[in-house]
Amino acid sequence: MRINDVILRTVVRFVVFIILTLAIYLFFAGHYSPGGGFIGGLVIASAFVLLYVTFDIEKVKKGIPVDFKKVAALGVFLAVGTGFGSVLFGVDFLTQAAKKFHIPLLGEKELGTVMLFELGVALTVVGVVMTIIVSIAEGDGD
Amino acid sequence: MTILINSVIILSLLLGTFFIVMTAVGLVRFPDAYTRAHAASKSATLGVLFILIGVFIYFWQIEGTYNSRIILGIVFIFITGPIGGHIMARAAYFSGVKPTERTVRDDLKEEYERKKRSL
Repeated sequence: MRINDVILRTVVRFVVFIILTLAIYLFFAGHYSPGGGFIGGLVIASAFVLLYVTFDIEKVKKGIPVDFKKVAALGVFLAVGTGFGSVLFGVDFLTQAAKKFHIPLLGEKELGTVMLFELGVALTVVGVVMTIIVSIAEGDGD
Repeated sequence: MTILINSVIILSLLLGTFFIVMTAVGLVRFPDAYTRAHAASKSATLGVLFILIGVFIYFWQIEGTYNSRIILGIVFIFITGPIGGHIMARAAYFSGVKPTERTVRDDLKEEYERKKRSL
């Protein structure tokens, strides 16, 4: 029997955007307040899991055509790449640098290479969590 | 002014705590799953809402930081709290949990039987 779950679908459509906004906030707030790549990645993964719970797995795969194993690989590559990027400038592995920039709408902001490292962590967490959950949900493996 | 703000904060926190205690009392005293879902989803949502409003006013007026995450949390709880109660009550109904004997009418039953027959 096809159970009518229009309330859940309608609400999830709004709530996913709130969760993704919070994830991006947590990611960017990580340097000066609680948050960071790990938490941001987990919150993004929870938004995706909410979509998977509410809609069909094929439908979500059509909407988010991302191979999460590749996302995890890209994250690890990015995190290691920021480490080797500092070697290219003649300093030790994983040395981080930061500089103040003037961004038109946001004003004076400090941009650091730590953010790229954290982006790698976030992508790795999203990829690993989603790979685990989707492969358990599918059951027969691929 | 400070006295007024403090009393608003105290009133809000007290109301929130009152509603949450009422939720606990309802969960213990109500007879079946549906009335308990009613108590848990409505009253707990309102209780958490009042407590978050009190916390927001405290940080805004006393500490001087405008914390928009609390506003987002209020909106989020307000949207998702009742939905959680709804989904749990539906899951209980479809898995065959009987309502209490004092129930006088069951509107969902005919529809559920009709859907099951038409399958």
